[in-house]
Amino acid sequence: MADAGRHPRITLLTLSEVTDIKGYVGNFHVKILKKARYVDEKACTACGECARVCPVVRPDEFNQGLSSRKAIYSPFPQAVPSAYVLNANECLGHNPAVCAKCIAVCEKGCINFHMSDEEIEVTVGTIIVAVGMESYDPTELDEYGYTRFPNVLTSLEFERLINAGGPTKGEIVRLSDRRAPRSVGFVQCVGSRSARKGRSYCSNVCCMNTVKSTLVLKEHDPDLDIKVFYIDIRAFGKGFEDLYTRSRRLGVRYIRGLPGTVEELPDGSLRVAVENAATGRLEFHDLDMLVLAVGIQPAESTRKLQEMLGLQLTSDGFFLEAHPKLQPVDAATRGIFFAGCAEGPKDIKDSVTQASAAAARAMRLMQWGEILTEPITAEVVAEHCIACGRCAQVCPYNAVTVDKKKKTPATITTAACAGCGTCAAECPTGAIIMNHFKDIQIREQIDTMLAENPAEKILTFACNWCSYAGADSAGVSRLQYPPNARLIRTMCSGRVAESFVWHAFQKGAPVVLVSGCHIGDCHYINANHWTEKRIAKMRKKMEKLGIRPERLQLEWVSAAEGVRFAKVMAQMEQLRQSVTAEEIAETVRILCEHKDTRPQTDDGDA
Amino acid sequence: MDASTFLSAPPRVGVYVCHCGLNIARVVDCGAVVRSVQAMDDVAVARELPYACSEPGQQVIKQDIEDMGLNRIVVASCSPRLHETTFRQMMRDAGLNPFLLEMANLREQCSWVHMHDPEAATRKAADLARMAVSRVRRLSPLHPQRLPLTKKTLVIGGGVAGIQAALDLADSGYEVVLVEKRPSIGGMMAQLDKTFPTMDCSI
Ligand SMILES: Cc1cc2nc3c(=O)[nH]c(=O)nc-3n(C[C@H](O)[C@H](O)[C@H](O)COP(=O)(O)OP(=O)(O)OC[C@H]3O[C@@H](n4cnc5c(N)ncnc54)[C@H](O)[C@@H]3O)c2cc1C
Ligand code: SF4
Ligand code: SF4
Ligand code: SF4
Repeated sequence: MADAGRHPRITLLTLSEVTDIKGYVGNFHVKILKKARYVDEKACTACGECARVCPVVRPDEFNQGLSSRKAIYSPFPQAVPSAYVLNANECLGHNPAVCAKCIAVCEKGCINFHMSDEEIEVTVGTIIVAVGMESYDPTELDEYGYTRFPNVLTSLEFERLINAGGPTKGEIVRLSDRRAPRSVGFVQCVGSRSARKGRSYCSNVCCMNTVKSTLVLKEHDPDLDIKVFYIDIRAFGKGFEDLYTRSRRLGVRYIRGLPGTVEELPDGSLRVAVENAATGRLEFHDLDMLVLAVGIQPAESTRKLQEMLGLQLTSDGFFLEAHPKLQPVDAATRGIFFAGCAEGPKDIKDSVTQASAAAARAMRLMQWGEILTEPITAEVVAEHCIACGRCAQVCPYNAVTVDKKKKTPATITTAACAGCGTCAAECPTGAIIMNHFKDIQIREQIDTMLAENPAEKILTFACNWCSYAGADSAGVSRLQYPPNARLIRTMCSGRVAESFVWHAFQKGAPVVLVSGCHIGDCHYINANHWTEKRIAKMRKKMEKLGIRPERLQLEWVSAAEGVRFAKVMAQMEQLRQSVTAEEIAETVRILCEHKDTRPQTDDGDA
Repeated sequence: MDASTFLSAPPRVGVYVCHCGLNIARVVDCGAVVRSVQAMDDVAVARELPYACSEPGQQVIKQDIEDMGLNRIVVASCSPRLHETTFRQMMRDAGLNPFLLEMANLREQCSWVHMHDPEAATRKAADLARMAVSRVRRLSPLHPQRLPLTKKTLVIGGGVAGIQAALDLADSGYEVVLVEKRPSIGGMMAQLDKTFPTMDCSI
């Protein structure tokens, strides 16, 4: 920790949050809001005089509220930076100078009530997301009596209690009567592996954390009676089984079964009712203290960052890696990497391993000092452009310049173009060529797909990042679904032009499905908004033309939603079966007559 | 091959249908898929391979490129999200532009999801392979641009993971901006007493 604080090449910004990220791999432009500390970080020697005189007493978050701190305080003794910090909402001095005692005692004059928040801008080549996790709050699990009974603690509170630097200097006492407990129980999987409350996954560290705690307790007091209530103990890591065996050998009792209820006895002890799975009998255990091994959940800011960076999450809410086996620390977006619990619950060793891997991946990208761009970008054929400005309006990256007044044709800044293809899909004259996803390239796929028995096939457009990946994830989970769909991959659903859909219906497609990332999750900021608008517009047109609008479907499927993908496929098959041969023939006739929707035959951009 | 000769050269497509051991071949009749593309325009060769991504598999493709003057390749195997980079590299090694490759997803999106209907799966696999051939014939070579890059990393979150990543980068000579929302770095680990498996203290 201290090394990171004083490293000449690390700029450490605490009390800071990223507010905006623009740009792309190699040159991300980042805005950071650094909140005022009100104490000069460099000058403060952490003497603590200020806190001594501060009259405001508040619960100390670091000690889980088990002790108190002042409005000006040190986060914890080993904090980096070590400087004190003032909480402006709690400080009295911020009301017309009623207090300011701290200012009076600080010899170095570090405290300044007028310090203001700072906005910092930096450009970086790569980003590592390491926002970690939150521990589960078990208040909603009424049966365990957390917050109702003072001697029921979370494992995190227990960590503070047993810590020599903690509120009791490492003395284990009951919160109700400050007496040393003679028996302690641990409840596993609190907020984990539950379909009912909390999360459905295993939090990975709580079994071993409990094993560790039992050993520490036995060290303090070998006669202490310790019981652990569990579903199964997961001690899979290197050296873990040893610790578990040692804990059992020291007399810790492992009882298979989670408590059904916890009651408080008059002396503050707890009566735990549990069905012992080994004996099949209901047992009662009276314990002086009960520790809930709380699970790990995604950090609060996960969602905000995910939207800001256009990343994907797993169904558990953690960041989704580009590939679970082969690219476990890369985000799908180039230049962004994950480390630690941000990617999923894990212990310190795995967090550190992943962090080193992420650093190595970032260095691999940066070491040559230049970056090769993705050549999948859009181009304008100036002769065909009527300078209507539509492309500039829809481009999520402001990569297009066009002067509508002067009628100068559109130009695309290749370095800024991310290749979503929305401009090409929206251009009314077909003046934009989307490289690698040209109209002709996609039309050829449609034609081949529908050359034989079109009525049996479900034409599905899937975006590379979410829906296509979601389909892959259905495969990885071996979910079975009807074999009628044929996928055409585009980078973004925004690429799916109206003309593709008309073309498909004209070639006899019974159903066309367009699928992409959920709104808010688009890999291209918000290009899928245009998909949504386009599909709505087309369905209206279908209605007018006398074509059943349901035959054009739009579904959002994320990369993690294999189950959803399979479900959608089953629905599409049902829909397909409802489309008759006459209906298809009628559609083909209507579309061939109508001028906007006539099949395209020119090889315009081939 | 430079751009002008390329544009004038007619497409010569090689199609490789991968068994992926039995992952694909157990469900999909790979021979039928090969036959379904053989008669298509511009297809110069179509073959089955036990493992297209393996060294010997890639060697067969490279050899065909050399012997038969292939200029576009279809690999019908697993998801492009898994092996597109592998096969693009193979294209480069064989002197072809990596964007003249197309993959058909016969595993994640076919054999693994239609295990109980081998016939329909084979029909779908043939369609996917044929679609890939139609597409690959129309692809154009693309060339990435070189752009300057900032040798600096933003690390968001100063827990043990963020700290480790920042130190590794900084020790290797890269600039790092480490952003932590709380007043101190350290994260959850700073709150722990002793930690498993070493049972030593955390900070
Ligand atoms: C009760 C308990 C006991 C444990 N015991 C052990 C043990 O004994 N041994 C072991 O190996 N592991 C243990 N673990 C697991 C261990 O705590 C984690 O592996 C480790 O803390 C993960 O580190 P991290 O950096 O990924 O996340 P964190 O420690 O959660 O750090 C994330 C950091 O990012 C910051 N942050 C969050 N959002 C933002 C944002 N938007 N902007 C800026 N900063 C942000 C946070 O403030 C925090 O400082 C335990 C976990 C728990 C809950
Ligand atoms: S690590 Fe153990 S206690 Fe934690 S969720 Fe998994 S099984 Fe339950
Ligand atoms: S392809 Fe997408 S990112 Fe590129 S110019 Fe067009 S709209 Fe903008
Ligand atoms: S949408 Fe098409 S026609 Fe309109 S300005 Fe852009 S390129 Fe030109």
